[in-house]
Amino acid sequence: MSALSQKHLIGIKHLQKSDLELIFDTAKNFKDVLQRPIKKVPSLRDITIANLFFEDSTRTRISFELAEKRLSADTINFSASGSSVKKGETLLDTVNNILAMKVDMIVMRHSSSGAPAFLAKHINANIINAGDGTHEHPTQGLLDAFSVLEKFGTLKGLNYLIIGDIKHSRVAGSDIPLLLKMGAKVKVTGPPTLIPKYIEELGVTYEPNLRKALEWCDVANVLRIQLERMDIKFIPSLREYSLYYGINKELLDSISKDITIMHPGPINRGVELNSDVADSKQSLVLQQVENGVAIRMAVLYLLAGRG
Amino acid sequence: MQKRVLIDSLQFSLTIDRLCHQLIEHYSNFENTAIIGVQPRGTQLAERIVKRLHEIQPDSKFKFGKLDITFYRDDFRQKGKPLTANETAIDFSIENSNVVLVDDVLYTGRTIRSALDAILDFGRPTAVELLVLIDRRMHRNLPIEANYIGKEIDSITTEKVKVEWKETEGKDKVWIINE
Repeated sequence: MSALSQKHLIGIKHLQKSDLELIFDTAKNFKDVLQRPIKKVPSLRDITIANLFFEDSTRTRISFELAEKRLSADTINFSASGSSVKKGETLLDTVNNILAMKVDMIVMRHSSSGAPAFLAKHINANIINAGDGTHEHPTQGLLDAFSVLEKFGTLKGLNYLIIGDIKHSRVAGSDIPLLLKMGAKVKVTGPPTLIPKYIEELGVTYEPNLRKALEWCDVANVLRIQLERMDIKFIPSLREYSLYYGINKELLDSISKDITIMHPGPINRGVELNSDVADSKQSLVLQQVENGVAIRMAVLYLLAGRG
Repeated sequence: MQKRVLIDSLQFSLTIDRLCHQLIEHYSNFENTAIIGVQPRGTQLAERIVKRLHEIQPDSKFKFGKLDITFYRDDFRQKGKPLTANETAIDFSIENSNVVLVDDVLYTGRTIRSALDAILDFGRPTAVELLVLIDRRMHRNLPIEANYIGKEIDSITTEKVKVEWKETEGKDKVWIINE
């Protein structure tokens, strides 16, 4: 029997390979639970979890909430709009007030990178990062890797390509360390303005040519262009981006091998990914969403069990 | 550390045979009956029983499953680390069928309490019975008793009962160990 090495899930970079394997194994068990007629277990019935969403979300929020309910935890939901945050309350005060009502775990999304790490230093509850600014989105990274693992059986030696807005992507921030830790090879592609300057120090390579990059990879994770995070123009226009880095069926058909396509959602159809690919058999998009619940159940279960 | 043999190889196979015959006596051809081993160690016993039942009565019609109870335990968060789960393999409905739960050792009864909870998530069985190899009577925390018992023993709480299997340890044997 083993336990996670961390009390919080702030980022993949803090986890060891054994932690990742434990999470994947546990997620597999929970995926079985989710196939049953009664998709619920009583494990976390004495736990209260607060979902603090300081930034908009559909998938992640529903996925976390469902995972919590499937584990029989009590949940409270909080979103920044319509709360006292608008009146000027600080993050720490807000969270301490919620914790004063005897909450055991916090799931938090925040637009500032490092917000969950800051909280972890000041409060006692387990914190799970549900995406912080442009830093990390660990449960997305885990569900991406889990979905690939399920399809290919192993991550070792796999060629994994991340396409698009790497600079603003917290998904890339979690995918890159996770896949490297599990022994995969990672390449990124996208317009040079959207690639972080020292990306190669993470152990990945940059290939500006989309076609060459696709020829290399087994799996391509297509990222969303995050216009909301771009305070200046990084690309001339969406049309131009789509022309050079958009993925469509014609392009994929002209590549010599079958590539598995992933997308963390929400998809800008017709920009980074065309419908003829997003809805095709090559796409793992819906499996990713399905696996999200199992992965989040595993993370919640393992962190709660650590006490 | 002291240890002594509770059941040796010969007794072991006789006990398994007796339990099988008791099951046949009650269920005859096992119509509408499922034998379910509680993971991880009850499964090993269940597999042995299933194998022997097929030898004694080849037309037995029971279904066989494995049940993991990790997520249903009541001592979650009391052990300081999470409990690692095992596979559950019940690919049939147990709605309106008879279930024989199989575990190696019955001690406090808490495992079986969890198993009863877990089994209800697969449907409503007509009846559930319990088969155990060793019953450590006098230590029950809950009002739970077995219907088929390999051997009843009196033990103290500092003692441990260990079941060894031909497949994994080389010999079928049950030990009682005082640490």
